[in-house]
Amino acid sequence: MKRDEIRTAVLEALLEIAPDVDASALDPAHAFRDQFDFDSMDYLNFVTALHRRFGFDIPEHDYPELSSLESSVGYLEAHLSA
Amino acid sequence: MAEFRMPSLGADMESAKLTEWMVKPGDTVKRGDIVAAVETSKGIIDIEIFEAGQIGELLVQPGTDVAVGAPLALYVPAGGERAQPAAVAAVEQSAAARAVEPRAAKVVGPAAGRARASPAARRRAQELGIDLASVAATGPDGAITLDDVERAATAKAPKADMRSVIGRAMSRSKREIPHYYLATTIDMSTSMAWLEHWNREHAVTERLLPGALLLKAVARALEKSPELNGFWLDGRFEASREINVGVAIRLRTGGLIAPGLAAANERTLPELMRQLQGLVQRARAGRLKQSEITNATITVSSLGEGGVETVYPIIYPPQVAIVGFGGVVNRPWVAAGKIAAAPVVTATLAGDHRVTDGHRGSQFLTDLERRLQQPEQL
Repeated sequence: MKRDEIRTAVLEALLEIAPDVDASALDPAHAFRDQFDFDSMDYLNFVTALHRRFGFDIPEHDYPELSSLESSVGYLEAHLSA
Repeated sequence: MAEFRMPSLGADMESAKLTEWMVKPGDTVKRGDIVAAVETSKGIIDIEIFEAGQIGELLVQPGTDVAVGAPLALYVPAGGERAQPAAVAAVEQSAAARAVEPRAAKVVGPAAGRARASPAARRRAQELGIDLASVAATGPDGAITLDDVERAATAKAPKADMRSVIGRAMSRSKREIPHYYLATTIDMSTSMAWLEHWNREHAVTERLLPGALLLKAVARALEKSPELNGFWLDGRFEASREINVGVAIRLRTGGLIAPGLAAANERTLPELMRQLQGLVQRARAGRLKQSEITNATITVSSLGEGGVETVYPIIYPPQVAIVGFGGVVNRPWVAAGKIAAAPVVTATLAGDHRVTDGHRGSQFLTDLERRLQQPEQL
């Protein structure tokens, strides 16, 4: 899977679980928590949506690596190529 | 032929715009099927039919504003006999329809000549700058009541947004409900340790948040405190057989909505968690079901992590109680005679003094606390 495809899939997952965020204003390096007021429920939904798309289990202690768009893409890329 | 009517989706709703039909003439429907979508200040709501049958004629085109109680479609009930309304439908009847529909149905046209109105209505109309001749009367012999004036004022205002809906519901609560408030701090050490262990052992689709434990504990404790679960209607309390816990959900676009988790006391924790995730997502997408926005028999307002410690919630009428949770925070705690850091949560209860008093509320909070010490029993 190419980086671009991963990025698209992560964005899709984000919009699926938070349809009320403004994706055009998304800062890829900035944490979702600070940009969109994400709470633990949003994170759990996000990780669940990623799990459904990418099909591998993401342990709870890895959640901090999924805090922004950029870090999520990096994390997934590393795990998908492993 | 029976009429499928615009349901009331909250005490403040007078009409809604039909946006979409999900059925066409000739379609067979069963109880609980979604037949149409309507647009309200709470977003797009999927409305359900509460009787099986066959759709006859669609009476209203999408895009039309339809008053509560007005017919939307005709249908032939299955077997010609009326289905037994189940508990959820019954709750809706009592919560929404009974409170609003009879009155809405009685609306008559503007009175001719000098309008007959109660002194209070006359005074209020003057304050609001409303011409009484333009107000639809529902009082005895076509007299205008105070409620009629308020309704006319709302109709005149620009399309009611969510903030004004919240404002009206909370104003009504503060005006009508004699609240009492209780608070207690609950040790969450056992619950949080149990949760951490559970989440380590389970895949992401099975993981739980502390909120699921709190909601389940509330639902179970309500089994022992039925006086906190139900509605104040027509001057008396009506207990609900079902425990449908409303969850206050913050919307990023502004506002708050509190749809209900049906039969929350009967779900397993993973079931309740999945139900809650779905509810939050649909609420934020503006796509809740009719039953979800009308079925709550009590509400829980949980401010979640990273925020304040204590919330003093306001009861959502016609409910008679609301439970609040602040964030789970680490604080000094005395256990076995020693002070140590422990995760704790402050639980609050606002109760309606017309139904219960502080003693009953205290028993409920104590029971809640006890249940949270045995998370494996939830």
